Amino acid sequence: MSVAHAHVREPEAHRVGFVRRYIFSQDHKIIGLQYLMTSLVMAAVGGVLAMLIRMQLGWPGHQWGLVRWLFPGGFTDAGVMKPDFYLAVVTMHGTIMIFFVLTTALSGGFGNFLIPLTIGARDMAFPFLNMLSYWLYPPAIVVLLAAFFVTGGAPNSGWTAYPPLSALAQAAPGSGLGQTLWLVSLGILIVAFLFGSLNYITTVLQLRTRGMAMTRLPLVTWAQFITAVLMLLSFPVLLAAVIMLLFDRHAGTSFFVPSGLVVGGQLVTHQGGNPLLWQHLFWFLGHPEVYVLILPPMGIVSEVLAVHGRKPIFGYRAMVLSMGAIAFLSFVVWGHHMFTSGMNPLVGTAFMVTTLAIAIPSAVKTFNWLATLWRARIRFTCAMLFAIGFVSLFVTGGLTGLFLGSPAVDTYFQDTFFVVAHFHFVMASAALFGLFAGLYHWFPKMFGRMMDERLGKIHFWLTFVGIYATFFPMHFLGLAGEPRRYYSPQMYEFLRPLQPLNVVVSLAAFGLGLAQLVFVANVIYSLVRGPRAARNPWRANTLEWQADSPPPHGNWGPQLPVVYRWPYDYSVPDAAEDYIPQTAPAAVPAVAGGAADPGHPRTEGS
Amino acid sequence: MADISGETSRRAGRLLAWLIVLVVVGGVASFLAARGRWWMLPAASAHGVDIDRLIYTTLIVTGLAFVLVHLVLAAFVWRYADRGQRAAYWPDNRTLELTYTLVPAAVLTTLILMGSAVWGRLHSPAPPDALTVDVRGEQFGWLFRYPGPDGVFGRTDPAQIRTRDNPMGLDPADPAGADDVVTRELHLPAGRPVHIRLRSKDVLHSFFVPAFRVKQDAVPGMTVDVWFTPTRPGTYELACAELCGVGHYIMRGRIVVESPDAFQAWLARQGR
Repeated sequence: MSVAHAHVREPEAHRVGFVRRYIFSQDHKIIGLQYLMTSLVMAAVGGVLAMLIRMQLGWPGHQWGLVRWLFPGGFTDAGVMKPDFYLAVVTMHGTIMIFFVLTTALSGGFGNFLIPLTIGARDMAFPFLNMLSYWLYPPAIVVLLAAFFVTGGAPNSGWTAYPPLSALAQAAPGSGLGQTLWLVSLGILIVAFLFGSLNYITTVLQLRTRGMAMTRLPLVTWAQFITAVLMLLSFPVLLAAVIMLLFDRHAGTSFFVPSGLVVGGQLVTHQGGNPLLWQHLFWFLGHPEVYVLILPPMGIVSEVLAVHGRKPIFGYRAMVLSMGAIAFLSFVVWGHHMFTSGMNPLVGTAFMVTTLAIAIPSAVKTFNWLATLWRARIRFTCAMLFAIGFVSLFVTGGLTGLFLGSPAVDTYFQDTFFVVAHFHFVMASAALFGLFAGLYHWFPKMFGRMMDERLGKIHFWLTFVGIYATFFPMHFLGLAGEPRRYYSPQMYEFLRPLQPLNVVVSLAAFGLGLAQLVFVANVIYSLVRGPRAARNPWRANTLEWQADSPPPHGNWGPQLPVVYRWPYDYSVPDAAEDYIPQTAPAAVPAVAGGAADPGHPRTEGS
Repeated sequence: MADISGETSRRAGRLLAWLIVLVVVGGVASFLAARGRWWMLPAASAHGVDIDRLIYTTLIVTGLAFVLVHLVLAAFVWRYADRGQRAAYWPDNRTLELTYTLVPAAVLTTLILMGSAVWGRLHSPAPPDALTVDVRGEQFGWLFRYPGPDGVFGRTDPAQIRTRDNPMGLDPADPAGADDVVTRELHLPAGRPVHIRLRSKDVLHSFFVPAFRVKQDAVPGMTVDVWFTPTRPGTYELACAELCGVGHYIMRGRIVVESPDAFQAWLARQGR
């Protein structure tokens, strides 16, 4: 496999046809944008599914005349959504949003686009592998969405796919071919993720330009690096579990199915398996996955707060260490998803300690972001608004984690809407805000055009309010005990008084969904009509802003950039400008004291 | 290029600060408004009271953090908008960082200690005088079995399950099962500990009684033990809290807590 340097020696001479340039491209920037754009399309799919969920929960049993024609098979002839279709929608919403939108956009999209640019490399270490990584993603999507169209429909077992429900075809309509397609699709996507993360790790370790010590990496790159390590270590476990479940379903093995089950009036022939094994394997990936989704936004937000606050990120070293601590601890907290699963209660105590421990580095990061804003010079660009919004959502969602991390409290909240509220704040919405902050921030670099700030602000206000209006009331649904994944709460006396609240949530969700059309309009409008972006419109320090907008193939022209300082020299006292790019030689500004790279006292600048 | 540091930016900053304040006010107000309407059912079990205390303690701790952090955020957003000032060059402060590492650590340690005490009590062995009930989940309903006068449960065999006359799959060869009482409704005597032996016939289910603050998954192939003490006579709803298929949402059970005498009388009426 060729290493990036080898074949881009002469970037100017790079002439390839349209197909090799934009479709089967090996250029990390194109691959990043492919990942990003595909993810945004999938976000629209996942969003529509969310709207279907809220239609049903807001007005259970309502007859939807028009929508029925859009989803034949999902509704009765009278236009009422069917329970198995509802569960299929819930399953696919979660699966798509977590694996096919947030992971692919944040890691596949931003990781690909930013890693080589921020470390001063010409491309990834393995460009061909990188192309392969992206091109496994569309087939995974096709296989996944095909599940909607097969007999029995898409899986009914949730994104967690707990067996035996997911293992036995007779257990639910969606547990037939649909579940198999789901598993195969996930298997393909995991291979794509593994190719990607191998590439990221190698690239960061091997291809940093001269002067780019690890201690001078921008936090966004640190976040991508640590995320890649998490992915490389956790996804193989899910891949193994997926293959084992496929074997249970089709090859007569029995990893997850015990003996003596009677499903659909028939004695099941499997014997010797244990359903809890799947839960352990699934959450061994599942919890690191949560941080796979939130670490890249943390990196993006750290970058955006510093650049648009014109101030060094506060506590760079603590930021890196806390990301490392979060990454490490994320491997030993999976059991908090299983407090009520029937596993040994002593194990529950151990997982409570690790789970609450992970709140410490998370708190440190939050306080560091606040400290970064203190005495800053904040420019409220769209990127900055979303970054600050991220901090708010992360705090709100993170705090409810303290309920769920305590097993006795979780006994009540487990599998209720309280959990839904929690992870939609801390993981879904916060990650989405990180994604938007990153898009508004790097759009000029990606496409060479500025995004429209006015449309962007409208998008922010509506989204910020919409998210609180949608997900905050879910805490009360959870407090009142409404279980998640219920087709209708109407069967229970204690849930019936919640109906008005469910209507509120649904209306807010529709508003939130519609608000995203402003974003779509903005992207299209800005791509076509946006003003041409300068090289460094935000006056930022990191390397990507020293390249053209958009950067050419090979990124840098004949000479690779050389790095002399850390990325956060903003508002250095007595410096002429309020930013000093990483490429500025250390001797240039007459700085008093503090400007030195904390990790690297100015010794090599001479 | 668009105006990124002028009046438009400052106006956006002020609006954002107000919105964050609105989040705080709205958040706190909605919690106060939700009390009594959209809230936990009154606790009707002995350890439910312990769990509630833990929930309220956590609510106060997290509520304070929610309010404080957001107010600080709003204040910074308001105060440090770009008005042409130079930002501080302030990359580090070991003492400050250590402080806000150790303070959350102390708070979390307290929560861990409180939490593990309650968790330990929840999962202590059931008291010897507890009433033992076999509970089995199935798609999509609950089945309850009392051991009968001999106090011993008979053997069950999945192959013997017949929906009509032997839903539990009692093995007729085992004499201990002859007096077992199988019901579709769970009756419990008030004030006496109940030891539930939880099983599943097909897929995962979860035994969730909101008013008792009890939730425990029923795992196929395993028997999971859980115990609690219902304290208040009344009728309660039992819900399934683990996705079990298309009928998950209708897997409702009825629990009647009554005086010990009424309970005994009811049990005696349940012929097999």
